[in-house]
Amino acid sequence: MFDLYGRGWQMLEGGFVTIQLCLSVLPFMIIIGLLGASAKLSSFRLLRIIGESYTVIIRGIPELLVILLIYFGGTIAIQNLAEWLSGEETRVDIPAFWSGVAALALVQGAFASEVFRAAIQSIPVGQIEAATACGMTPRQIFLRIKLPQLWRFALPGLNNLFQVLIKDTALISVVGVEEIMRKAAIGAGTEKAPFTFYLVAMLMFLAFTTISLFVFNRLEKRAARGIARA
Amino acid sequence: MFEDFIYVLTKYDVWLWRGFLLTAQLLVISVAFGTVLAIPLAVARVSKKVWIQAVPFAFIYMFRGTPLIGQLFMMYYGVGQLVANIDGIQDHWTWTYLRDPYWYCLLTFVLNTAAYVAEIMRGGIQNVPSGEIEAARACGMTPFTTYRRIIFPRMWQMIWPAYTNDVIFTLKATSLASTVTLIELTGAARKIVARTALPYEAFISAGLIYLIIVYVLTLGFKMIERYLRRSEKRKDKLPGKIKPMGV
Repeated sequence: MFDLYGRGWQMLEGGFVTIQLCLSVLPFMIIIGLLGASAKLSSFRLLRIIGESYTVIIRGIPELLVILLIYFGGTIAIQNLAEWLSGEETRVDIPAFWSGVAALALVQGAFASEVFRAAIQSIPVGQIEAATACGMTPRQIFLRIKLPQLWRFALPGLNNLFQVLIKDTALISVVGVEEIMRKAAIGAGTEKAPFTFYLVAMLMFLAFTTISLFVFNRLEKRAARGIARA
Repeated sequence: MFEDFIYVLTKYDVWLWRGFLLTAQLLVISVAFGTVLAIPLAVARVSKKVWIQAVPFAFIYMFRGTPLIGQLFMMYYGVGQLVANIDGIQDHWTWTYLRDPYWYCLLTFVLNTAAYVAEIMRGGIQNVPSGEIEAARACGMTPFTTYRRIIFPRMWQMIWPAYTNDVIFTLKATSLASTVTLIELTGAARKIVARTALPYEAFISAGLIYLIIVYVLTLGFKMIERYLRRSEKRKDKLPGKIKPMGV
C-alpha cells in the first residue's frame, strides 16, 4: 500500500522506541503525581505552595521548551558538577532518551498530581473517619483505604493523560531520539517522499492512541466492578 | 548567574519581543478561526443521522489521536512537496505564499484547534437540558433559532472553563512553529542559545514570558466567565460537569 523504500523496519523500530519512551515515563509520572497530590493536600502551608506553583508553572510552559531546557541545560549542569567533583575538565553527554523521559515525566507529573488530588478528594470522608475510628495510622489509611480506591477515580484522568503522553513523545524527536517522528523525518529526507513517511507515522500514532484508549476503557470497567451503577 | 539573565534580556530583547508578537499572532488567529470552524463541526457531530456525524467524527478522531508536530510536518513537508510538484506553480504569483512555513503552520493550528474545540462543544451541546430545547420547540422556534437563542448561549456558559484550558493548550502548541523555522518565542530562545550558549537564561526567560501570557489570558477569561454567568443566582456551582479535553 505504501512504498517505504525498504524502510518499513526502521519505522517499526521507531515505533518500538516510542513505546519504550511511554512506558519509561509512566512510573515516574505516577510517582511525581502522587507526591504532588500529597503536597497539595498537605497540612503544611509550604508544601502546598510548592505543589501548587509546580502545577501552575508547568501548565503555562510549552512542553517543547521544557524538553529543550532539560536537554541543553541538563548537560551543562551535570558537566559542571562532574568538573567540580573530579577537578578536571570532563565531557559528559546525557543520553537524549533519558533527558526526554525526565522532561515528559516532569510535565505529565504536574497534570497527574491534579488528577490524583481530585481522586483522593472524591473518597467519601465517612470512610476515612471510620478508619480513624478503628485506630488506623495515617499511613495505614493511605495504603488500605485511599490507594486501592484511588485508581477507580483516577483512571479516566490517567486515560486522558496517557493519550497526551503518547502524542508528546513525538516532541522528543527534536533532540534527536530516533522514535517514530525522527525515523519518518530521516526516511522523508533521504527518499524524497515526505508525504508517505509522515502519513505512515501518523497512522502508527493513531494506532497507539486507539490501543491505549481501548486498554484504559477495559481497566476502567475492571476498576468499577462491584460498584453499583446509578 | 543574574548578570547572564540581564545580558540575555537586554541584549536580545528585540528578538524576544518579535518572538512574542509572532506567538501572539499565531495564537489569536488559530483560536479565532479554529473556534469558528468548530461550530459547524460540533453541530454536525451531534446530528442524529449517522452519515452527517461520521465526517466530523473522523476529522476530530484523526486530529486528536495524532501528535501536532506530526500534523505540522505532514502539512509543511508533505503537502508542501505535493504543491511544489504541480507544473509551473513556482512561477505563479501564489508561490511566495505557498512556500512560506507561516501559512502551513497557521492552517495546521487552525484545524487542530477546531478539532479540540469541536469536541468540547459537543459535550456542551449534549449537556443542554432537554427540557429547555423542548420548551423552545413548543414556543415555535425553528432549529436555527433554538441554536442561536437557547443552545449556544447555554453551551458557552458550560464549556467556558474547558475552552480556557484549550486556548492555553493552543498557546503552548504555537511553540512547535519553531520546528519549521518560524522565529516565535521558543524559536527566539533557541536562536539566543545558538548565539550565546546560555540555555538556562534564554529558555527560562522565554518560559517566564509564556507564564505571563497565561496569567493574563486566565484573568481575561475569568472576567468573561463571570459575564457569561451573570444570570445565575448561585455562582459557586457549575450547571453541568464537563471533562476537560486534552489538557
